[in-house]
Amino acid sequence: MSALLEQLDSLYFIVFCIFIGIEIITNVPAILHTPLMSGANAISGVITVGAILMLHKVEANDYVNLIIGGIAVFLGALNISGGFFVTNRMLAMFNSKSK
Amino acid sequence: MTLLLEGGYFLSILSFLGGLKYLSKPKKAKLGNTLAASGMILALGLTVVSSIMGTLPYTNLIIILGALLGGTLLGKYMSKKVEMTAMPQLVSLFNATGGACAFLLGIVESNQEAVFEKWQILVLLLGVITGAIAASGSVVAYRKLAGKTKDKRSNWVNVFSKALLLFLCVFTVAAVFNWLDISLMMYTIIMVSAALMYGVLFVLPIGGADMPVVISLLNAVTGIATAFSGVLYHNKVMIAGGIIVGAAGILLTVLMCRAMNRSLLKVLTGSFHKSKVVVGEEKVQEITETSVSETALQLSMANKIAIIPGYGLAVAQAQHLCQQLEKLLSDKGGVVHYIIHPVAGRMPGHMNVLLAEASVEYDALKEMDEVNDEMSSYDIALIIGANDVVNPAAENNPDSPIYGMPIIKAYNCAASVILKRSMNRGYAGVQNELFDEDGCKLLFGDAKDSLQQIVNQLKLI
Repeated sequence: MSALLEQLDSLYFIVFCIFIGIEIITNVPAILHTPLMSGANAISGVITVGAILMLHKVEANDYVNLIIGGIAVFLGALNISGGFFVTNRMLAMFNSKSK
Repeated sequence: MTLLLEGGYFLSILSFLGGLKYLSKPKKAKLGNTLAASGMILALGLTVVSSIMGTLPYTNLIIILGALLGGTLLGKYMSKKVEMTAMPQLVSLFNATGGACAFLLGIVESNQEAVFEKWQILVLLLGVITGAIAASGSVVAYRKLAGKTKDKRSNWVNVFSKALLLFLCVFTVAAVFNWLDISLMMYTIIMVSAALMYGVLFVLPIGGADMPVVISLLNAVTGIATAFSGVLYHNKVMIAGGIIVGAAGILLTVLMCRAMNRSLLKVLTGSFHKSKVVVGEEKVQEITETSVSETALQLSMANKIAIIPGYGLAVAQAQHLCQQLEKLLSDKGGVVHYIIHPVAGRMPGHMNVLLAEASVEYDALKEMDEVNDEMSSYDIALIIGANDVVNPAAENNPDSPIYGMPIIKAYNCAASVILKRSMNRGYAGVQNELFDEDGCKLLFGDAKDSLQQIVNQLKLI
């Protein structure tokens, strides 16, 4: 039970984040839906931090887990960099024209 | 070090928030993207630095750094290479990698020697399930957008996916209380397989035109998977990033549905209440066909021209020709506006991106709401590959499946020419009543070929 109580601050944190997340993108114009989706997609790549932390725990001679973990980090990094670069490319096209 | 790490994570969270906030404002969107990216680099950098400072074996460190570098370079390469028309697919693909990262993470985690509390097992499994659904679902969405997978609406898909969902729920409980007496890793792997299958079946029945909504939803699911992992690792930056993306993604999904006048539930069940349209009552339409030279002549005589691009323009990749046409016409003294329906293209805003890529001036792009009241001031509307978004039935036929959807009032223009591949219906599968209007003509053929011919003719006039 005490373990659950320890999680209570995480729960508060989560609830606040939900409200902030909803609040932050209200009134977004339709033209920005796609870049916003792509940018948010890149942010969800923060899972890579977890993948790195997980590799901390794996023994150096535990090759199977090292490889799976390595793939996880690789995919996460791909998500992040691809997401941000694509978003940037989309937005660059708007900006050069709007002056 | 811990203080530095936590402080850095806090800064990252702030930059994610600021980034998303700016990304929803047209003028600051680019800054927002840079801000969010910097926050991400900070979070990853600090995590890596703390691993170097710690007692991490070199093998692990090399794998981490190598994977990070490889992923970053490949991501950069792929995003540089992609055609702008294929961009929605790519976003979906990147979302799949995020989901895959989440469930691989869970598999390795479950294989560790550590003893888990019941709530930790629950969180781990939920993270794995959401990650796997997002991953396989996004791959199917990618294949649909790329035209490699067709819609499947048979009953067994429906039944099987419901059964899988039930299985996932029951099996999660079984795993938490270890009813089957097998290792946590076995549970995790079974869950991953079932969730991967569920992801595929979940997206299969959903129509291709609804894919943007689905991608947005799956994006939110990846965010939730990230947040679950964050809870497991007690990592605030993961929880915040994941939950914010999850909440914003779900809201964005709802907003998109609203722009398309679809309810989320109907999108998810793949239904387009077709049953309402009784086959017998369809009347034969009197359409007027036109020719390339006639269209070119009409265009050259018009003073104010509305170009209404749609999905078909994106498919035919005719945006560059469209820009040439606009240039020719404005050189002849005409005023050309592009009128963009909120859901034109394959994703909201996609059409703006496509036209911007073809160097169409930003000022020539008009949002539907901006000009809808003055449509009668246009001499001619050139409708390229759009159908449902100009169908007056949405306004005056309550029986129509698209009734209530906001449309561009092209019927108010003195004349209109519709470039169409064939008499096939639009996505909604309804007759377009615009074709019956006086002054409305159809030019059959591939949008790209037709535009090319019109441009050639105009050069001669």
